[in-house]
Amino acid sequence: MAIALALGVQLLQLALVLVLAPLLTGLVRKLKAHLVGRQGPPLLQPYRDLARLLRKEVVLAESASWLFRAAPYLIFATTWVAAALVPTFATGLVFGYAADVIAIVALLGAARFMLALAGLDVGTSFGGIGSSREMMIASLAEPAMLMVVFTLSLLAGSTQLSSIAAALQSPEVGLRVSLALALVALIMVALAENARIPVDNPATHLELTMVHEAMILEYSGRHLALIEAASYLKLLLYVSLIACVFFPWGLASAAQGGGAYLSAAVVYIAKLGAAGFALAVFETAIAKMRVFRVSDFLGAALMLGLLAALLLFVTQAT
Amino acid sequence: MLAALLGCVALLLVASVGAIALADRRLATTAIYSVALTASVAGLLLALAALLAPAPVPATLALPIGLPWLGAHFRLDALSAFFLVVANLGGAAASLYGLGYGRHEEAPARVLPFFPAFLAAMNLVLVADDAFSFLFSWEFMSLTSWALVMAHHQRSGNATAGYLYLLMASFGTLALILAFGLLAGWSGAYDFAAIRTASPSALMGAAVLALALAGAGSKAGLVPLHVWLPLAHPAAPSHVSALMSGVMTKVAVYGFVRITFDLVGAPLWWWGALVALTGGITAVMGVLHALMEHDLKRLLAYHTVENIGIIFIGLGLALAFSANEMPAAAALALTAALFHVFNHSVFKSLLFFGAGAVLTATGERDMERLGGLIHRMPRTAFLFLVGSAAISALPPFNGFVSEWLTFQAILLSPALPQWLLKFLVPAIGALLALSAALAAACFVKAFGVTFLGRARSQVAREALETDRCSLGAMFTLAALCLVAGVLPAWFIDALAPVAQALTGSHLPERHGLDWLTIVPIAQSRSSYNGLLLFVLIAFAAALAAAAIHRFASDRVRRAPAWDCGFPDPSPATQYTAGSFSQPIRRVFGTVVFRAREEVEMPAPGATQSARLHVQLRDVLWDTLYVPAARAVALAADHLNAVQFLTIRAYLTLVFGALVALLAVLAIWQ
Repeated sequence: MAIALALGVQLLQLALVLVLAPLLTGLVRKLKAHLVGRQGPPLLQPYRDLARLLRKEVVLAESASWLFRAAPYLIFATTWVAAALVPTFATGLVFGYAADVIAIVALLGAARFMLALAGLDVGTSFGGIGSSREMMIASLAEPAMLMVVFTLSLLAGSTQLSSIAAALQSPEVGLRVSLALALVALIMVALAENARIPVDNPATHLELTMVHEAMILEYSGRHLALIEAASYLKLLLYVSLIACVFFPWGLASAAQGGGAYLSAAVVYIAKLGAAGFALAVFETAIAKMRVFRVSDFLGAALMLGLLAALLLFVTQAT
Repeated sequence: MLAALLGCVALLLVASVGAIALADRRLATTAIYSVALTASVAGLLLALAALLAPAPVPATLALPIGLPWLGAHFRLDALSAFFLVVANLGGAAASLYGLGYGRHEEAPARVLPFFPAFLAAMNLVLVADDAFSFLFSWEFMSLTSWALVMAHHQRSGNATAGYLYLLMASFGTLALILAFGLLAGWSGAYDFAAIRTASPSALMGAAVLALALAGAGSKAGLVPLHVWLPLAHPAAPSHVSALMSGVMTKVAVYGFVRITFDLVGAPLWWWGALVALTGGITAVMGVLHALMEHDLKRLLAYHTVENIGIIFIGLGLALAFSANEMPAAAALALTAALFHVFNHSVFKSLLFFGAGAVLTATGERDMERLGGLIHRMPRTAFLFLVGSAAISALPPFNGFVSEWLTFQAILLSPALPQWLLKFLVPAIGALLALSAALAAACFVKAFGVTFLGRARSQVAREALETDRCSLGAMFTLAALCLVAGVLPAWFIDALAPVAQALTGSHLPERHGLDWLTIVPIAQSRSSYNGLLLFVLIAFAAALAAAAIHRFASDRVRRAPAWDCGFPDPSPATQYTAGSFSQPIRRVFGTVVFRAREEVEMPAPGATQSARLHVQLRDVLWDTLYVPAARAVALAADHLNAVQFLTIRAYLTLVFGALVALLAVLAIWQ
């Protein structure tokens, strides 16, 4: 019975992330439009976009290979699985032990690897520019992310997200400078990984500084729908990750019953709303930076992560 | 079992002599590679049996050859058995590949005699149980591989590569001779059994460590002794490149592990710091060099440098944990390093085979003249993609598992008592993460520019898929990459006796855990299940595909590329390897390579094209090797006078040297 319930929660989470992801993106778009005085697209526009893309035929470049057609499915599947393994409203997911936070980061890395290859497949200059820059950004973002993981695992004694959430909920952790530094570093990484301002602009489509959109320029129809869905999922994943680790309040644990799950789900959706609002405000307030400033930005994230880890050593020793 | 293994070695040596006799006959290629394949498979099975035996007892054997007072000692323990598995697996794959690839060889008589001898030499190093047989086999291995590097000596650059390799190999052996000399002590007990019982002083131990690091490290490709590797490995025929990168560097790792974990006695904590830091720097330098490289095989060789760095990070951590009496953590770090040894040998051989297939199909190693090969060589492309994903440490492949284990070992570093290690190990973790991320970038470049896009030259446009033997060898290795990534628990269990013997502990066995999960320390701390991830991803992808093809459109129309409305039919407008790595060159290269870019812009109205000059300098080469070479040349110039003395002067010199040495001996004792 307990197994069936746990499995049910896991399957529910698989469905939940898929359902909520476009909503989060729609919310951010709507809020951003409001903040600059526009009416903006409807909240449910991302769902409509996906539905329309799925109905359209695929226009495939003549030089595209099988990899170009297989990549969207793999990118979507890996991102979806990764998003479903991050605790959203309940910890102790039944498949949670399959991947700790390092493995989740690596799953996203696998999705990015496929996407960058797909960008090179058709053999156009835009695809190449996107892939090349994406990999440069990733090469800095991943070490910064690992430093954040290092800090968290120092505090929680674990890289398992459920254990980290449980450990950070306990009163003895308290407020720490290291946690604040790690949070800032993680947010910077999340901005870079999700192609948000100031690293990349998700709204642009014809600009020499674009990264993510350049890679997927040749995609259309259902392939594009899958890739868009994957990028919605990725944004949701990072928001869930930050919420689960740094704001673990209201998470239901495995032993609790249906009522706890329901209230936890409400809390989770409230957290998503807050994160979406914060992201919209931040993106409206800041300008996009030049591509080669990104290395400074992410280098700062890496240093913050390292500083957080070292500060923990010093404070724990005294 | 040991005797049977030595039988395999003898068979290989006979094949080597036979190859000389057969010379250029048409049959020779098939015959020699078949024999090598048989011997390697037999050796692989024997080594597996020894490794997986329920109660492994080291087998020993002494033969009355070699030095008269010493004889030749051989020993097969868990460590040797594991490395024999790696060596013979690589050997078998290379022989199978050679059955197809060898037919394109223009001078088979230069390759065939040395190939089985090289395999035999590597096997001998792994079972040697005294310093003399070890060094003899080591030198034999160096010389046979040197001969294979020189097989195509007419090609430009190969002679230089061979010369540099010979120099560095002699340097490495010199360091190892001195290391064994120190280990054997005054009594000159050169068999390993006697060395094991002796306990050298701290100073002596440190000297042995430094010499082993230099000797084995120069063969393995540790920075700054790596310079020969990216020149020599690609110069050999591709299946030999695979053996040199995939297996010979592992034999060097074996030499290091044998000396530091087994022979020299209890380690000190700072050894670990030194080894792990060298490993971290090696990993990042290797991958940065690889990113700047456009020659496919040389790029792979630089990645060998990177992966050796990752292995040495694990070994260094194992030493540090061992020195602090933390056997469980030491076992974790050592298992991670050894698992990476296995993984790297598998995917690096696979990748070199792929590069060899590209080379036979197009005659090109320069990525800038390839492209679009996925259309012409779909199978090779798929297998190379598997290897690329594995070496980039992407789940669910095997490279990820061993790097994940290394990270888990790094995360245990706060428990170390020394402050230097506490601060150093997180920084090494950052270096490891950096190298993993850069490796992914590099393999997007390598695979993307070589196999994807549009063909950049006529040869790439007309390439043909490679032969069945080569594909079979590559397929076997690619399958192993997936199996080792999805079912790592089996492989980790097989490594348990090695870790137990060297650190006194091993990772939790899979019988106590459910669903083949791997758990380095405790379930609540961290766990990974490749099988479940693989199944979940496959399920999610299948679900998406099924849902889309059932409910959504499945129409496809072919059309010219969109490219924002301005597609250019010329393949020259694609991104090249150079342009792909340009952002990373801008970010890292200005420091590491002193990279400089100059744009030569013609005056307005002038018709000649603009040019971009990129200048990269190898700082290590400039600061370390050039002065050393200059010093040697200077010394040689001055010592030249000694060649033209009279006989009386020579006699005086000899007498003086004798007196001086006797005086040293008298004072020492």
